[in-house]
Amino acid sequence: MHIPDGFIDASTSAAFGVVAVAGIGYAVKRAGEENTDQLTPLAGLVAAFVFAAQMLNFPVAMGTSGHLLGGTLAAVLVGPWLGAIALAVVLGVQSLFADGGLTALGLNITNMALVGAMGGYGLFTLARRLLPRRASSVIAASVIAAFVTVPLAAGAFVVEFAVGGTVDLPLDGVAGAMLGVHCLIGIGEAAITAATLSLVLNTRPDLVYGARDLLGKQELTVRRREPAVVGATGLSGRPPALAPAGADGSSDRIGDGSNPS
Amino acid sequence: MGGAHLLDPYQPGRGFLRSMPAQCKIVAAFGYVICVVVTPITAGWAFGVHLLVLASLCALARLRPLFVIRRLAVEIPFLAFAAALPFVVPGPRVELLGLGLSRPGLEQAFGLLARATLGLMTVIVLAATTPANDLLVGLERLRLPPVIIAVASFMIRYSGLVVDQMRRMGVARRSRGHEPRSLRATGVLAASLGTLFIRSYERGERVHLAMLARGYSGTMPAAMPTVSPRPGQWATASALVVLGVAVAVAGRSLDLGVVS
Repeated sequence: MHIPDGFIDASTSAAFGVVAVAGIGYAVKRAGEENTDQLTPLAGLVAAFVFAAQMLNFPVAMGTSGHLLGGTLAAVLVGPWLGAIALAVVLGVQSLFADGGLTALGLNITNMALVGAMGGYGLFTLARRLLPRRASSVIAASVIAAFVTVPLAAGAFVVEFAVGGTVDLPLDGVAGAMLGVHCLIGIGEAAITAATLSLVLNTRPDLVYGARDLLGKQELTVRRREPAVVGATGLSGRPPALAPAGADGSSDRIGDGSNPS
Repeated sequence: MGGAHLLDPYQPGRGFLRSMPAQCKIVAAFGYVICVVVTPITAGWAFGVHLLVLASLCALARLRPLFVIRRLAVEIPFLAFAAALPFVVPGPRVELLGLGLSRPGLEQAFGLLARATLGLMTVIVLAATTPANDLLVGLERLRLPPVIIAVASFMIRYSGLVVDQMRRMGVARRSRGHEPRSLRATGVLAASLGTLFIRSYERGERVHLAMLARGYSGTMPAAMPTVSPRPGQWATASALVVLGVAVAVAGRSLDLGVVS
């Protein structure tokens, strides 16, 4: 559920609109530095993925259901900048097609793209620093980040509500209800984020932006059919049966798929 | 199948709203929603005028009432929230149907619902009279960064495919007896989501290679057809915004007159 028109007053909405424009502008700049020509199709498909993933409802408790915010998931998969752009585009398109108010777009982008994706990635990096440098830490860090970002985004909403809410509800009540419900949603978000990431890490580890440092540089080697080779592969100790040859993220060059075996 | 309709609520037809270039309509819609948001809650009649304006726009665009109502259903969860307000907002109570309701709570619930509904109606008229592609061209004309436009056009083009893929995976799950009823279903859903991401990403890679093969060099060619608006069309669009401003200002001044 996105913030509709008129829930937060006009001046606060405008102020957060400026925040959102600045944040997304910065993300566009940074994302462009990282991968210039691949940026557009990938961000577009990631946006389509987030859009689809948000339609997937998961049961929370007693018949109620929540849907994925997807900020942390997108940010760990494709990086904070691309993730934030994808989420902002999803929110913009949704607001043009009647979900979330046009004038509340700045608020929604601040909560879900800036706090959700960039903030989620910040928490993820912080947790990675504290945890040992292993593949399982990527999952643990994403669980922490996903769980914390949902109440954090709700907290951003509470701040906006405190500044420019059009309804005289007691602030502590709103904060309590929002944070309580979103802690529950955060559990689901964390579970889905972790399970999704572990599947991607097992099948295409090169696609996980947040685990790039764990992908050892693969030297060109002559492979023989010996069981000893199996243990020598990068991330999870599994045989690279599903990972393509260019698994070190160098798939932006055509003709890279030629297997040197 | 055919998930494309998800992001394409366009209703074909004719009339001045459909022939108006998208940039005029986007500016008019945005301007009008701002007017709705700044109209004070206490000026109840002003919202009546706003509703009249938007309803006549719907009628001029020949939108079926059922279509508009069905698109308005997005705000049903919000309706429940607004319905709770008269009971929880502190303030002087009024007796209504044997219930002690808070007067400011009633007013605020009305304001919330009225603004959200009118904002939604504006967007519904915009989306129903403008094909998704024209909206993108309009946004491009309004100087939105080309990167954002390109990402949005990719998203609109491929979300139908991705959502369809997700639906097919859902059918596959259900045909194998999967019923998501408890938190234990999370693992299965997450595995589907991971697969969906890999498929979407790989589709992105294929699309990118196909674009490279067709000579893509980092910027989209300006192939989109552009129609420049006639002065009359800008005048119509701004007349709409001026109308909204007039209603909002009238609501504001009358409201102040009542209070003082």
